[in-house]
Amino acid sequence: MVVTATWFSGLTPTPSDGTPPEAANLMHTAQAARTEPGCYDRCCNIATELTFVTLCVPILATMYEPDLLVVNDLRTYFDVDAGVVKAVDGVSLSLPRGRTLGIVGESGSGKTVLSRSIMRLNTSANATTTGSVRYQGEELLDKSPAEMRDIWGEEIAMVFQNPMTSLNPVVRIGRQLTEHVEHHLGVSGREAKEQAIRLLRSVRIPEPDRRFNNYPHELSGGMRQRVCIAIALACSPKLLFADEPTTALDVTVQHQILNLLAHQQRDRNMTMVLVTHDLGVVAGRTDDIAVMYAGRIVEKAPTQVLFQSLRHPYTEALLRAIPKVDQPKHTRLSAIVGRPPDLINPPTGCKFSPRCPYVQPRCLEEEPPLMPAPTGNHSFACWYPVGSSEAKHAWEENLAYGVTQTLAAAGEIEATEETDDLETTAAVLALETADD
Amino acid sequence: MAGTGKAHLRPAEEVLLRIEDLVVEFPTRDGRVVHAVSGVSLDIAEGETLGLVGESGCGKSSTGRAILQLPKPTSGRVELDGTDLTELGPEELRRRRTDVQMIFQDPISSLNPRRKIGEVVAEPLRVWGPKDADEQWTLVSELLDAVGIDPDHARNKRAHQFSGGQCQRISIARALVMEPKLIICDEPVSALDVSVQAQILNMLESLKQRYGLTLVFIAHDLAVVKNISDRVAVMYLGKICEVSESDQLYTRPAHPYTRLLLESIPVPDPLAPLDTDLVAEEELPSPIDPPSGCRFRTRCPLATDICSETEPQMKSIGDDHFVACHHVDRVLAQPGPADARPITV
Repeated sequence: MVVTATWFSGLTPTPSDGTPPEAANLMHTAQAARTEPGCYDRCCNIATELTFVTLCVPILATMYEPDLLVVNDLRTYFDVDAGVVKAVDGVSLSLPRGRTLGIVGESGSGKTVLSRSIMRLNTSANATTTGSVRYQGEELLDKSPAEMRDIWGEEIAMVFQNPMTSLNPVVRIGRQLTEHVEHHLGVSGREAKEQAIRLLRSVRIPEPDRRFNNYPHELSGGMRQRVCIAIALACSPKLLFADEPTTALDVTVQHQILNLLAHQQRDRNMTMVLVTHDLGVVAGRTDDIAVMYAGRIVEKAPTQVLFQSLRHPYTEALLRAIPKVDQPKHTRLSAIVGRPPDLINPPTGCKFSPRCPYVQPRCLEEEPPLMPAPTGNHSFACWYPVGSSEAKHAWEENLAYGVTQTLAAAGEIEATEETDDLETTAAVLALETADD
Repeated sequence: MAGTGKAHLRPAEEVLLRIEDLVVEFPTRDGRVVHAVSGVSLDIAEGETLGLVGESGCGKSSTGRAILQLPKPTSGRVELDGTDLTELGPEELRRRRTDVQMIFQDPISSLNPRRKIGEVVAEPLRVWGPKDADEQWTLVSELLDAVGIDPDHARNKRAHQFSGGQCQRISIARALVMEPKLIICDEPVSALDVSVQAQILNMLESLKQRYGLTLVFIAHDLAVVKNISDRVAVMYLGKICEVSESDQLYTRPAHPYTRLLLESIPVPDPLAPLDTDLVAEEELPSPIDPPSGCRFRTRCPLATDICSETEPQMKSIGDDHFVACHHVDRVLAQPGPADARPITV
């Protein structure tokens, strides 16, 4: 089964519906063989029957599962002295082939741990991951580290945030590339070197022959990130995680690196996950966006739908906090009060409630599930979604009552990180009694 | 400039700080010289925020540190309130330096991890301020309160017990405690999340009004710089390209490098035009061996022969708008970023 699946994954998918043409032909032959008597006679023996089963089952499995990656109720907890850190707490998502997903959130929202959990890179002894990560129909969480080694690089690869620390400082970049190529593709010596230089050229590193012998410190930050991308792309992975690939870089270099990733994705027909804290970075470069807060997805939608009709107050707050170059100078930014929640003792109810300008008593008690919106393949987890009349009412009521985060969002007071959860709870619960 | 010139300087009596022909050079081990800052002139009026923007390695931090004489610049004048700091002796400089304070990029490593926050913020006072501990604490707690930190809660804690945003607030309180005339903020928000960044930027604006501060704000993100600054200077490879009132810099960018920076800012709008063709990174020129003439010419789409022969000089192209480029007319003839998205007032 594993063998056939690997064989199958070697086929080139067609861009249209994701089913490989060879697979479609096989399916056709298989069906023909079963329905047409003449055809069935020609290949009527047990061996062929067995071949049908072994070949068709994985094909059928992929036909019913068009998504490259399906994550279901993934949870990653870290056991620390102070308690259990619920870094990823029940994330489900599916990733269709060839699409780009943006995962957005502040530091501590669990976006990096999520991508590392999917790739099985959380190796520390205090980490436990439960749930399901199905990649091309195979469960990754059941695999041994040795099996994962064959998946890393060849099937799924990652570009990390800091290109200085993800490259070995005492090994020439050429060696770091060929090492990877030799292990996975079984080529050696001159051939590996040629391939490495081709890769350096494909990520637009000038004079790749000379750069091949450089150490990482001899390259600029942007060049180093290009080397990391070349290493990640070396074995033509089908899925690429880019974890804050441009956060450490200048804005001009960021633009080039994001373009480079987009070009490589198109040329190689890759599926990509772009993890970032900047909604500006994902806006023009992703098909779908998932916004994470406190280890969960709080809003998920196709990019255009998200920007046109965002529903979650956290997404709105993130977007409003970005300084925009077309605003006049000294425009007061809409800051979010407080900071990401303590993941050991998260607030009860909605985890964003202590910072949310629309907070209502219900939010403090009941946690909203991720619910589908009526239109546009859009889901969000909020009782008082942005744009609804309930939210408008909640905002006005909070403003009148003087709830800290609403005043701060309205620009009436200075936002700080010192907002106390208990203070909010008290204020909002007082609101409830005022209603009665 | 990437050129030189002083057309953008205002009369000396109108400004708090005036930098003239500042040169900062560092020797390398093999006997060559890194030209970090090459003849920069700038000035800042009292109560103004000057933004200094450019890519890493353009000399913006070196310029900021040279104001504080950290280290002493190779040549040039740094006049604070009429005194040239470069000519002062060590003791006098030590005294005058209390008027200029600095906020650094990494909030956590700029606070001593082994000292209590109360001590960290009071340290400048122990050298220069009132000697009485209670008096010191009154000042410190007032400032911690002003930056949104609960003084009694923070007093006996250490830096690692605070988040990055809170540490940056504490650094700001420490800079304010000497009641400086000028604060140099060296990338104060680049290490912070966008939500915390907004808090700090708003707070700096409020503190500026409350304490009448003058700020030099150094950053690589033009959107951030534009938000907080009254006037912006764009730097490239140790030279100044463009100096302008900040709204104008966006509505009418006159230097090709300013345009490049503006076009690179990621816009949080999926429908905004996005140039996805630019992939290649030309080999960036090194400050050890900068290009002749205009230093930006190797990356400039408009470069001609004159750019390699003559260094462009700062010239006025409008009200408080100066640029050093041989081809200003050609730049201004092209549609700018604001034509696609007009400024909303």
